[in-house]
Amino acid sequence: MARIIIPTPLRKFTDNQATIEVEAIDIRESIHALSALYPDLKKQLLDDTGEIRQFVRIYLGDEDIKVLNNEKTPVTEDAVISIVPAIAGGIA
Amino acid sequence: MGSIKFSKEELERYSRHLIIPEFNIEGQRRLKNAKVLVVGSGGLGSPLLLYLTAAGVGTIGIVDFDLVDETNLQRQVLFSVDDVGQSKSASAIKRLKGLNPHVKFIEHNTRLTSENALEILSGYDVVADGTDNFPTRYLVNDACVILQKPNVYASIFRFEGQVSVFNYTDQNGNTGPNYRDLFPTPPPPGLVPSCAEGGVIGVLPGIIGSLQANEVIKVVTHIGDPLSGRLFLFDALTFETRTLKVHKDPTQESIVKLIDYQEFCGIGQEADDTPSVKEVTVRALEDMKDSGEAYQLIDVREPYEYEIANINGVLIPLDQIADQVDQIASDKKVVVHCRSGVRSANAISLLEKKFGFTNLYNLKGGILAYADEIDNTLAKY
Repeated sequence: MARIIIPTPLRKFTDNQATIEVEAIDIRESIHALSALYPDLKKQLLDDTGEIRQFVRIYLGDEDIKVLNNEKTPVTEDAVISIVPAIAGGIA
Repeated sequence: MGSIKFSKEELERYSRHLIIPEFNIEGQRRLKNAKVLVVGSGGLGSPLLLYLTAAGVGTIGIVDFDLVDETNLQRQVLFSVDDVGQSKSASAIKRLKGLNPHVKFIEHNTRLTSENALEILSGYDVVADGTDNFPTRYLVNDACVILQKPNVYASIFRFEGQVSVFNYTDQNGNTGPNYRDLFPTPPPPGLVPSCAEGGVIGVLPGIIGSLQANEVIKVVTHIGDPLSGRLFLFDALTFETRTLKVHKDPTQESIVKLIDYQEFCGIGQEADDTPSVKEVTVRALEDMKDSGEAYQLIDVREPYEYEIANINGVLIPLDQIADQVDQIASDKKVVVHCRSGVRSANAISLLEKKFGFTNLYNLKGGILAYADEIDNTLAKY
């Protein structure tokens, strides 16, 4: 199972769970599996066309999926996927 | 650099730097010669300014237009009770001068804007961004890119912190990624946490701002590997730390001029998104109460906000309003309130559209206005 780390600002959509495990072969499946588990999270991560939003970065390990194979980046059983949102501070 | 001399007092003050072999007097000279601009003297700016001042940065500029507020003192350790109501930049400089009289401070008691940013930043070698909003973050980033200055970045939210060094040019003349390479566009206002969902644990800016100060010192003194091309993440709840790679985005357009950052971040447009509903003022609410007129008061905030201050409304948090619609009266006036009036307007709009209510009134300015105009014993948050 791949482990997805949920950042603080998005935890209200995952019942305050900091990590979620999903069964998936690539990043796209991982994000869609996560969105299926927590539908309210979907609009935070994906735009109307299903693309990952520009103010959210997805990492596999310490690497940005943009320099791997984007959403088609394969995910292994022990993968750690990070969702990294833009945060601005108090006023946001 | 050898021309920079230290007095006996300075040599003694900085002796713990001078005896580190990698740092030594050369590092201290670089610090004394440096001009660092700190944008924002709040949560992040407090530890940042305290440590940069203590370390002996020669010239420190502070940009802040704000006044010290009671709610700042939970994390902004630069300020004390006596500073409440005073200018942040002036109060900060007063405190910092007491910490290190060998530092020159430049006060910029103004809001950083597209009109003044280039002029202000141009006088400094390094910029440290400790602001609290997206428009200023993009403005600081773009101005640093245009002026070719490193932007030591830190950001916090609740229990989570981010640190990086953007637009850093290394000894070989290679410039690393900037903030737009990481986040090309900001989140639209509707998707960022509202006033009810914000907040930050007080010690977090202390931790993250100290890391930011460390990066400023590394950039200035050329020791170690600055956090360029990397993003450090800290989760204070799980104690999970990660350092992720940040790459230049070849699809990003060159930044050649400053723009309207409020517009870029959609600020101002969200006001138009607040539904137009019937309103009552806090004075009118008091009149209703005094006249004995039948009415119901509904509070759509969260339970933890109700604990801070309440005016005896029936508590139904906004996300439960549709499920608890049976608690809302339809045979008399119903005044709905939240903290400042936005969530209650959304609640009324939903109830009118979905359930056909016609008797709902938004309390203008929310409980904050009530605290200002009717009951100053209520805590404002």
